[in-house]
Amino acid sequence: MTKAEILKSSHFPWLETEGTDTDVVLASRIRLARNLKDVPFPGRADFSQLAAVREQVEGVMPAIAQAMDQDFEGIQLEELSPLELSVLVDKRLISPALAKNPQHREAIISADTRAVLMVNEDDHLRIQCQAAGFELDKPMAAALRIDDIIESQLDIAFDETMGYLTALPTNLGTGLRAIVYLHLPGLVFTKNIQSIAGIAPQLGLAVRSLFSDGKEASGCLYEISNQLTLGFSEKEILDNLKNAVAEIVAHERKARKALALYMKDQLEDKVWRSYGALRYARLLNEKETLELLSWVRLGLDLRLLGEVDRDSFGDVLIASRTSCIQYLADSENLSKNETDRLRAEQVRNVLAAHSQQKG
Amino acid sequence: MLCDDCGQREAVVHITQIGPEGRTEKNLCEECASGYGDFMLGSQAQQRKNVSVNDFLRGLFSQPQVRREEEGLPSGTELACPNCGMTYQDFRETGKVGCSVCYRTFRSQLEPLLRRIHGSSAHSGKIPRRSGGELNLKHEISLLREKLQQSVEQEEYEQAAQYRDKIRALEKELAAKEGGGQDD
Repeated sequence: MTKAEILKSSHFPWLETEGTDTDVVLASRIRLARNLKDVPFPGRADFSQLAAVREQVEGVMPAIAQAMDQDFEGIQLEELSPLELSVLVDKRLISPALAKNPQHREAIISADTRAVLMVNEDDHLRIQCQAAGFELDKPMAAALRIDDIIESQLDIAFDETMGYLTALPTNLGTGLRAIVYLHLPGLVFTKNIQSIAGIAPQLGLAVRSLFSDGKEASGCLYEISNQLTLGFSEKEILDNLKNAVAEIVAHERKARKALALYMKDQLEDKVWRSYGALRYARLLNEKETLELLSWVRLGLDLRLLGEVDRDSFGDVLIASRTSCIQYLADSENLSKNETDRLRAEQVRNVLAAHSQQKG
Repeated sequence: MLCDDCGQREAVVHITQIGPEGRTEKNLCEECASGYGDFMLGSQAQQRKNVSVNDFLRGLFSQPQVRREEEGLPSGTELACPNCGMTYQDFRETGKVGCSVCYRTFRSQLEPLLRRIHGSSAHSGKIPRRSGGELNLKHEISLLREKLQQSVEQEEYEQAAQYRDKIRALEKELAAKEGGGQDD
């Protein structure tokens, strides 16, 4: 995808629904933190040093593009408007930290958007690879392939006992953060989510809600990731996370089964009402959209609803972010009412397109 | 009009903000409005949440003011990294390390911290080929030793002999490299 397409598109292959356990797991992501030897980390580097880091990384890109067999689009963040930056953040292609100081920052995004290299975030380089569903091995292999090429051409900061040296001590060692994005309406509805979030730290994992306003989580979307990066091999870290996710997936399915059994009519009603609202509403705010979308996805996964295909979830999820609405309307100065009106329109269009595809 | 946040109580506070993120209107009841110390919406609130992990760590790092004296560093002269100029005080304030050399400079202060965060201070994952030096070889040898042990236990002596030969070859290579390294 080109820069313009990336900014405009609301469809990303890593949010598709072909894959393992996609009824519960939306996507999996691997992130490796790497730094160049002796150069101050971005937080302490001056502009000339940041520019030099960017140049060095760009120098390696042809080899990476060849090895990954696809083109990469380098987006210089200082050339983007604040709105365009938040579009990239909301599409989860770059982190908020990278968008915060755009000078000499770059996001290098592969044609299929599955691989992103963030230059001069907290660390000189963050290699980020993602896949749809519960699939950590493939993005890990991709990230390591990119990492191998980089380290074959650049000197990476490494210490024999402390491993890969990173700006944040919480990433030290492997520099690996593995993240799995989950949709857990069953556990939220049966009020079991707190116990899962409570157990996670004991396993060295963190569970966070994906969209929350500080008080309440919306849309039953969660991310679970490893917290420990030092003292374990990459494989041990992934195995630990995989086991925990498999466990959560099993619990979520059990909860859904119970809901479908004991509250069948209410559940079906909720799913169809939510679908009706998304399909026909004229005003939708961000939070409500997420909540309705969650019920629709649950209905699709439980086969209570067959009007649209499951891929519509990811498209609506992205397209309904306020930043994306503003970007498409080409205006940052929309009132809340205008934004909600455009959001409802956008959601209707996406769903209509997906139900047509369905036949 | 009902409150935008809770949707239950009557909205009494009306805010319109025009900022870099566009125009936003918010109608809140008294209770929800009090939750907004300052006017924060969407991504900003998200950012605030993300920061809190760092804030927590910062608190963790900056705990013992007395510690430095315990470690025998004179309190007046602050140790600074020769490469990027970061002092331990800077690290306490930001929670971020300045450069790769800092880890060597502040090793004694950082190691207990790493054990507190990770429960360990020794890396056992991937090793880069270039910067990793002889560590790759050492790592491979220790892996082979484990395999050797396993095959001996399972009485697979032919397999064990192969591992033993491999280990010997690698050890020779390592000795040659280390010998070479000392010459520079």
